Amino acid sequence: MTRLLLIFTLLLTPFFAAAEEEIVLGLSQDKVAITAQFDGSDILIFGAVKREVAIPENELDVIIAIEGPTGPMVVRRKEKKFGIWINGAALEVDKAPAFYAVASSAPLADILRRIENERYQITVDKAIQSVSATVQFGNTQAFTEALMRIQANNGSYQLLEEAVEVDQQTLFRSSISLPSNLTEGDYNARIFLVRNGHVVADLETVIDVRKVGLERFLYNLAQEQAPIYGLLSILMAIAAGWGASALFRLIRDG
Amino acid sequence: MYIYLPIAEVSVNIFLLFGLGGIVGVLSGIFGVGGGFLITPLLFFVGIPPAVAVATSANQIVASSVSGLFAHLKRKTVDLRMGSVLLAGGLVGSAFGIMLFNYLKALGQVDLLVQLCYVIFLGVIGGLMFIESLRAIRRARKAGGVLRKRSQHNWVHGLPFKVRFRASGLYISVIPVLLVGACVGVLSAVMGVGGGFIMVPAMIYILGMPTKVVVGTSLFQIIFVAGFNTLLHAITNKTVDLPLALFLLIGGVVGAQFGSSIGVKLKAETLRILLALLVLSVCGKIALDLLLEPSELYTISRPNAAGGSQ
Repeated sequence: MTRLLLIFTLLLTPFFAAAEEEIVLGLSQDKVAITAQFDGSDILIFGAVKREVAIPENELDVIIAIEGPTGPMVVRRKEKKFGIWINGAALEVDKAPAFYAVASSAPLADILRRIENERYQITVDKAIQSVSATVQFGNTQAFTEALMRIQANNGSYQLLEEAVEVDQQTLFRSSISLPSNLTEGDYNARIFLVRNGHVVADLETVIDVRKVGLERFLYNLAQEQAPIYGLLSILMAIAAGWGASALFRLIRDG
Repeated sequence: MYIYLPIAEVSVNIFLLFGLGGIVGVLSGIFGVGGGFLITPLLFFVGIPPAVAVATSANQIVASSVSGLFAHLKRKTVDLRMGSVLLAGGLVGSAFGIMLFNYLKALGQVDLLVQLCYVIFLGVIGGLMFIESLRAIRRARKAGGVLRKRSQHNWVHGLPFKVRFRASGLYISVIPVLLVGACVGVLSAVMGVGGGFIMVPAMIYILGMPTKVVVGTSLFQIIFVAGFNTLLHAITNKTVDLPLALFLLIGGVVGAQFGSSIGVKLKAETLRILLALLVLSVCGKIALDLLLEPSELYTISRPNAAGGSQ
């Protein structure tokens, strides 16, 4: 999935009046095309810190968060009933991302204060909302933890501490790999500059993940022209079955 | 080499799909069954969401049945009238099966339904077949053993609405025929199978059809029921994955040709015992999944999305 190195600069409108440092960002690609051969993709995120003042004393850290399309998600717990394990209690999470990756230049606990995490909603647990379910269930923690655990195990939620390299307090770079079971949609990338546990600058950009070509065509057809797609599937099956028997008869007879 | 499946939304190795299709094709060629009961669980196993696996195998079954039917049409071993009556029942059953499938999917119990159907039907059929073929082997060992003639008249022959089925040499009521068709229709919608492994014994033992027309007739009926299921799954669930079906069936048709040449070298009783063991082991594997405590008690799924639970 090598693409032309596409660098675009985005200037941050000053978030704080007193923002002294700004992020200048580059992405190896701002579009991910899901083709038939798609097998995951690495996105290189790099940039520089632009500043008008001298480099401050304390250490600069960088956190990058990429969030895939969000939507409701159902978490079910298996329970033993009548001697077999079947789906029992279920919790509908209002909003959970299909993909979430956080990369940072040092362990998050060391560089980011909790209050700042609340404010900027950086870690994955902040991206999961289960408000309505909490009302119904009381304690939903076991379910949301299970959601995060399952998603972490299949590579959909990633916590990559010390995966961002910061050079001379000015340049930073990180590579985040998107798994092959990617859902299409807008992937929001947020970059935070952190000093002293506080976010001093942030920047947001969108990575567009789309099915293209045949994948796009078949998916759209299946969604929008379901009867035609169904008939097409059957026709293909009949043609393939007939073709196979005809072909093998030829081989056997010839 | 990987391919991203647009509906299942996962990327899978192409050769794995060819391989799966091929293995199932070889087995179906050896034993003369569609192999749907094998391919659906195997697809679960490689990480295809269950709803996509069930719908896509229905499509793949259309292809393998079409390919088999041509041979039978040539040999004139298809009872078209019987097939049409079975089909009428099958379509009703299949529509009902899809409704059941979608209702349980909304409840989050579709996996359980599919698994239970597998355990029960594979267990019963596999068990019966195993016992039957053991008996047949024992009978064959006794020198000059007399083959017991199946009773030609049972309760089925007392029912009204009798119709003559010439190719099968039967004059029976359409009620049991419609019922058999409907049951297979429900199962085939829910389990993503053609239902041959249920239909064939039912035709022989309940309807009393002669063995030579059984396979061709069931293939004829399966094509339409599986096609109908494909269409219903495509419209209501949007879970038919065309590329997935295509790769499976390429592997499948090639495998089936090898399988049938292996099949002719084996003895009929040995074949039946092996098939019974195969059916029972698939059944046992699924039963264990239900009985043993899973390592991950939780599953996640997106409501109303193609991907069932992961």
